[in-house]
Amino acid sequence: MHSSSAFSESPAVRWTLIAIAIGFLALFLVLPLIAVFAEALRRGIGMFLEAFAEPDTQAAIRLTLLVSAIAVPLNLVFGLAAAWAIAKFEFPGKSLLITLIDLPFSVSPVVSGLVYVLLFGAKGVLGPTLDDWDFKIIFAVPGIVLATIFVTFPFIARELIPLMQEQGTAEEEAALTLGASGFRTFLTVTLPNVRWALLYGVLLCNARAMGEFGAVSVVSGHIRGLTNTMPLHVEILYNEYNFVAAFAVASLLAALAFVTLGAKSFLEWRHGDALAATRRH
Amino acid sequence: MAMHSPPPDGIDRRPPGGVAIAITAEGLAKSFGTASAVVGIDLKVHPGELLALLGPSGSGKTTFLRLVAGLETPTAGRILFDNEDATRLTVGERRVGFVFQHYALFRHLNVAENIAYGLRARPRRLRPPDAEIRRRVADLLDLVQLSGLGKRYPTQLSGGQRQRVALARALAVEPRVLLLDEPFGALDAKVRRDLRRWLREVHDRTGHTTLFVTHDQEEALELADRVAIFNRGRIEQVGSADEILDRPATPFVASFVGEAVCLSVEGTGDTIRIGSHEVPSQGQKIVGPAELYVRPRDLVLADGAAGGIAARVVAVRRTGPARRAELTFADALPPVEIELPLGHPVAKGNVVPVRFTTLRVFPSGQDGGVT
Repeated sequence: MHSSSAFSESPAVRWTLIAIAIGFLALFLVLPLIAVFAEALRRGIGMFLEAFAEPDTQAAIRLTLLVSAIAVPLNLVFGLAAAWAIAKFEFPGKSLLITLIDLPFSVSPVVSGLVYVLLFGAKGVLGPTLDDWDFKIIFAVPGIVLATIFVTFPFIARELIPLMQEQGTAEEEAALTLGASGFRTFLTVTLPNVRWALLYGVLLCNARAMGEFGAVSVVSGHIRGLTNTMPLHVEILYNEYNFVAAFAVASLLAALAFVTLGAKSFLEWRHGDALAATRRH
Repeated sequence: MAMHSPPPDGIDRRPPGGVAIAITAEGLAKSFGTASAVVGIDLKVHPGELLALLGPSGSGKTTFLRLVAGLETPTAGRILFDNEDATRLTVGERRVGFVFQHYALFRHLNVAENIAYGLRARPRRLRPPDAEIRRRVADLLDLVQLSGLGKRYPTQLSGGQRQRVALARALAVEPRVLLLDEPFGALDAKVRRDLRRWLREVHDRTGHTTLFVTHDQEEALELADRVAIFNRGRIEQVGSADEILDRPATPFVASFVGEAVCLSVEGTGDTIRIGSHEVPSQGQKIVGPAELYVRPRDLVLADGAAGGIAARVVAVRRTGPARRAELTFADALPPVEIELPLGHPVAKGNVVPVRFTTLRVFPSGQDGGVT
């Protein structure tokens, strides 16, 4: 802990620093969140609930749930596979793979969306072919799913790689010498050892998948009731001066953030414990 | 011993005549990219033998052990278990018990579940019933003196306890051979000594052919039936502690095992010239430049007797129960040590006559000095 006497700042300095930090958080994070809920409830709970009765809003919620229900499991598999490959094996091109995993973090989400438009759009490289098959990707659900997968890809892999690297391969090797098959080793040794980090990654991935705006906005086409996710729906409602409905949907997204944050803190507490135990091991 | 009774499923997977089998390596080689870890090893391990693989770090001993286990695939050569070619068998098929330096216990399983892991991993038709697994785990906990700790998790155990769990886990699958990679490397000196003695007991009771890697000479020489000395991916010598210590086959063995000082000398056929002195060559016909490896016990004071050569005392030290003197034969040569009888009146600056009881001398240019 850094509260030792080696840090001899005067109480005044310490309290000033703490006050600045808290003030900053209050001004830029807490206040806007309160504003969201305040705006949503401005006309009373009745109007707030009415916003969710709207079919387009319900469609947006359903679509968001559908997209994350597809994107998160897929990224769970991709992330596990990538982390496993990177942490447990040596192969040429490994550092390139690590860079590629980070790519979605460094590229603007709008660009990620545009890439899919250029690839699958009506005038895109594969557009005519898709047209022949009568299969729509851009301005349709598949495009939204693809863009979401792209943007949320790093979350699970980044969570697992350092942990798996730290744990090494000795336990897997032990399982193999004891006669376990590769698959059994994965199920009974590798997976349990990363379960908390994996759950943590899934939570973050899910939060981002439900909240993604930029990439999805480019490929969605904003068709009400069809290709509008919750964040896009919030924008449309707001632009239509339907503030109560806009903030009501926004408050749902904010609530999701709170749930994620709570679950994340809980896991950090559990998972931090497990990590510490790992190091003592 | 419960482990020696055949399993209740009626299939005795042990080879007839007990668990002990011979391990043979023929021209075994392994390289990682361009780096050779093991260069070409021929080794025959006798059934039931406890053999230590001793060498400096990077000498290939761990790679060799992993090749035997099937955790690495050899670049060339074969491994035989008795007369069966095991080279193409997978790790699981080889049925080896492997104990890792850092235990590699499954951290999310308790001690009993760790030990039972190998039995539970068996295909259904070979898997003993639950009651039998529990009984065998209890027996093994007994064997490794950890009864009552079955419900503990690895993090709740000391290093020595963890290593014993690792051994129990390896023994649970009734391995044909036992392979231990620096099993005591991460433990403190006292625990090491206790575990060493205990491992010898377990080995004598279970009778597995056992290979263990170590860089601790004392451990290797005390514990093993024979010791294989590794250097730069090769085996320099295989032999009993006596053979290794008294009749080192190469300059490397002479310098690596035990504490030895190397002197540059000259062979004349019948004598060895040390500085301006000459000593009888004790039957080793070496002509030309040579290296002489001197250990403290190779020299005795030749008080009054004939045939000693003169050495100047550079220092006298007390080391544990013995007194030692540092002697030099010539200014150009490094000092060597000699053990002194207690109360011997020798002092710094004296010139004393000494005699060689053993002369370990190798012609210069032989590969393998300590690098």
